[in-house]
This record gives sequence, structure tokens and C-alpha cells, in this order.
Amino acid sequence: MLVMLFLSSGLFLGWSLGANDASNIFGTAVGTRMVKFYTAAIVASIFVVLGAVISGAGATHTLGKLGSVDMIAGAFMVALAAALTVFGMTKLSLPVSTSQAIVGAIVGWNMFAGKPTDMAALTKIASTWVMSPILAAGFSLVLFFIVQFIMKYWKIHIFRLDVYTRIGLIVVGAFGAYSLGANNIANVMGVFVSVAPFDTLHIAGISFSGVVQLFLMGGLAIAVGIFTYSKKVMMTVGEGVVKLTPQTALIVVLSQAIVLFLFASKGLETWLMAHNLPTIPLVPVSSSQVVIGSILGIGLAHGGRGIRFRVLGRIASGWVTTPVIAALISFVSLFFLQNVFDQQVVKPTHQATLQQNISLETPGHG
Amino acid sequence: MIFKKTKNLELKMDAFLDKISEAGIVYRRGIKNYMNKSGDDFERHVAQIKQLEHEADELRKNIETQLYTQTLVPESRGDILALMETSDDVIDRATDTLVEFSIENPNVPEPFRDGFIELARTTVKATEEMVKAMRAFMRDPLNVRNYLHKVYHWEKESDRIAGELKRAIFASEDLKLSEKIHLRYFALHVDTLADRAEDVADRLAIYTIKRSI
Repeated sequence: MLVMLFLSSGLFLGWSLGANDASNIFGTAVGTRMVKFYTAAIVASIFVVLGAVISGAGATHTLGKLGSVDMIAGAFMVALAAALTVFGMTKLSLPVSTSQAIVGAIVGWNMFAGKPTDMAALTKIASTWVMSPILAAGFSLVLFFIVQFIMKYWKIHIFRLDVYTRIGLIVVGAFGAYSLGANNIANVMGVFVSVAPFDTLHIAGISFSGVVQLFLMGGLAIAVGIFTYSKKVMMTVGEGVVKLTPQTALIVVLSQAIVLFLFASKGLETWLMAHNLPTIPLVPVSSSQVVIGSILGIGLAHGGRGIRFRVLGRIASGWVTTPVIAALISFVSLFFLQNVFDQQVVKPTHQATLQQNISLETPGHG
Repeated sequence: MIFKKTKNLELKMDAFLDKISEAGIVYRRGIKNYMNKSGDDFERHVAQIKQLEHEADELRKNIETQLYTQTLVPESRGDILALMETSDDVIDRATDTLVEFSIENPNVPEPFRDGFIELARTTVKATEEMVKAMRAFMRDPLNVRNYLHKVYHWEKESDRIAGELKRAIFASEDLKLSEKIHLRYFALHVDTLADRAEDVADRLAIYTIKRSI
């Protein structure tokens, strides 16, 4: 029971991810009524869970390198600090991403625990934040010209194009949901991995490790978020913020899915390594920022008209402000959890335990 | 299953455009028959255009219902329906004009007959280019412009011919004022067909921009 209480912050992060980020995948399709909400929700939920369970380990491993939270109470507070950062910054209408918040929160835990932050891992993660929207813009630019070429030379009837686009939006949406689950489960459950309190389960001859069970729970939390709250966000995305045609929506979702997949796929990493090619770091990236990159690609394909550079500036500022705020919240709240609620948030080292024992035995103390 | 429904809808849309195109031919031949005093042939064309109008109406309603009940092409549905209704005005206008000829039986003196035939021929050219533009809109939007400028050309040409015809009518010393006004009314109606085609072209120009990705 206590375990579930500690996991609740991660599950809340998962719910919030499902509520918000599913709209990046199916928002335009549902908002423009090309795909029914329940079709989108079912497809997204199934593939988010599959992505999380099958391919979630890669990005989680990178987060683990940044800082390995070693007590479940600490993991609870790190996830909660990230969730509070996302909630607070969203309320203040500031650009925010769960991926950046969780990284900040982990760094906050490192500071609190007095452990060094792996700067190489941090640099790698931060560079992907910059790289991912740029890469998405590149992919959508290329895809735009491919789709334009197909439409020009195949002369598809408007009614038939509608059917192809609907099917495409569902198929590409499924790929996008899989990639989102694979890439972003690290944000939701990554900090709990090294303290996973579950034993391996054997059901029908299949083993489910503690980590897989964690990812499954996180994936289900995302699915609950999709079903309970994403419709409202999807309608807003589809109708308001950016006007995309169904075909450009397809391009945006596909380039987003490719980018999320690139930053999550261990299989691709292994293949690149086997062919002596440079690998792509497996890091959780912000799907919202990747989507903005994709839309930017469409804007560039149209000759750069209507690109709002202020929006891009706000995203770049979020790369700095989000982790800093999350680190501070994490540090302060870990202090409170340890000293006010008397919860151990950092595993004591052997030396610290010895010192504590000595101080208890020395007369005059206590 | 879904592709079968789509194919069916494509065929209905093609049939609808065929009706408009065919109505243009019937209209032109009807006017020619009237001017050549071929009464029976003229009435046969009146009956034929009425039938075409009825069939086009049925197809339009059918397509509209199918588009809404099956929530097809949600992004362009409004545009397609508006296009169909505006192009339906073309066939309505052609039918009304022939029926008015049949009812009012205006006396067209010999010197003006070729003018009316030429006017009908030009207005029908505008509608033919309009139908081609609509077909391009459905399959090949990049090609729509190639037809739109022809619609505008024939519409202007119709206005010119109608203007000259009206001037000639009012310059005539053999006609009473009531006959002149009656003929002007018919010149105006024959010419209006090209204006309706221009309305469709105006819409197509905007919708084509919206259709580009």
C-alpha cells in the first residue's frame, strides 16, 4: 500500500502525460473530426503501453546515468517535484516539458544527496532537447515535399484522399503513440526503476520483471490520462492553436513519431553501432517541442511565412528555466520530506551509517 | 467496404458534373432550335433539360446526405457542398431560360437570331470550362487555374456579345419598345448563365488555395 502511495507521483505524471501529450499525436485528427475520439483513445492507449513495455528501457537507462535515485521516498519526491513544476508552469502559461522537469528534479536529488551529477550525461540530454525539434523540422520538411509530389503526380480524388488520410492518421498515430510510450515512460517511471519494489511475476509462462511491471503501470496511467482528459486538449489543438490540413497533420505526426522513436529505439542504436555509424542518444525528449519543430518544418516548406519566432524563443527559454525550477523544488521538498515527515530519501552510505552509530554511542549526544 | 463507398461517391460526383455539362449542350441546341423555328426540336430540348435538372438535383442531395451521414472530408465538406449548390444554379438557370422561351415565345427578328445563338454558344463555353475546373478540383487541384482563366474569358466575352446584342435591339427602328424590352430581358437571361459559371469559378479559386497542403 505504501509502495503505491510512493508510486502515485509517478502515476500522476503518467496521467498528466496522457492528458496532454496524446493531443500531440491525435489532436489534429480528432479536432478536425477525421478520427473519432474513442478510436484515437483506444489506439493511443494500446500503443503507448506497448511502447513503454517493449522499448521503454533505453531512455530510462540514460536518465539512470544522470542520477540513480536509491530510495523510493526520494523517487516519489523527485517525480512529485517534476509534476509540480509542470503543473505550476502550465498554470503560469510558461513553456514546460515533463522531460525537462524530471531531469531538473533528478539533478535536485543529486544536489540534496551530495552526489555528483554526471555532466557528460547531462550534456547529452540537454543537447537532445535542442536537437529534437530541429530534427523534427527537417523530417517534416522532407516529408512535406514527398507528400506534395505524391499528390501532384497521383492525382488522387478528394474523397479517396480523405480515406487514405484517415487510415494514415490512425496508422501513424499508432506509431506515434508507441514512440511516445517508448520515449517518455522514462519520465514517468524512470526514477523508480532502481528502487522497483516488485518481484518478477510469472504468468502463463511469461516472466514480468519488476521494471516491466513498473512500465506497464506507467503506461496504464498514461492510458487513463488519454481517456479521462485528453479529449478537451485534442479539440483545442485541432480547432485553435495551429490550423493544419489533414495531410499536413499526417506529416507532423509522422515526423514527431520518427523523432521520438529515434531517441528511444535500442534496436536502432544496436544497428547503427553494428554498422559503425554514429548513434543517437536514447533520451526522453519533449513531444510538445518536437511537434512545434514539425510544424516549423511545414512553415519552412511554405517559404517561412507565418513562423512566430517568439514561440521558438519561449521554448528555448524553457530548456533552462524548467530544469532549474524543478531542481529547486526537488531540493527543497526532499529536505521537507526527510526532516519534517521523517522519510529516508537517500540511502545512507556505509561511512554515514558508521558515523551515525558512533554519534549515538558517544556520551553527551542524544 | 470503405473504398467501395468512396468509389460510389466519386462516381456520383462525376455523374453530377456530367449532368451540368450535358445541360450546357442541350441549352445551346435548344436556343439554336428556337432561333431556327424548329418548334418540336426545341420542346424536346426543354423536356430534356428539365429531366437533367431533376437528375442533377437528386444526385446533389444524395451526395450531400452521404457526405454528412458518413462524416466524409470534414475539412473540405462545406466547400464541396457550396460548390455543388452554386453549380446547381447553373443548370437551374439554363432550365429556367429555356422554359421562359417556351412560355413567353418571344418574337426574335431575323437580324438578332445569330446574335442569340452566338451568345448561347459563348455562355455554354464558360460553363464547360467551369465543369473542367470542378473536375480538376476533385482530382488535380494544381490544374484548376488552367480552366479558371478560361471561365473568366468566356464570361467577359458573353458580356460583350450581350451588350452588342442589346445595343442592336434598341437601335432597331422596326421594333416597338415593349418588344425591345422583351428581347433585352431574354438577352440578359441567356447571358446570366456565364455569370453563374463565374460565381462557381470565384469559389473554386479560393477553395483550391485551401486544398493545397
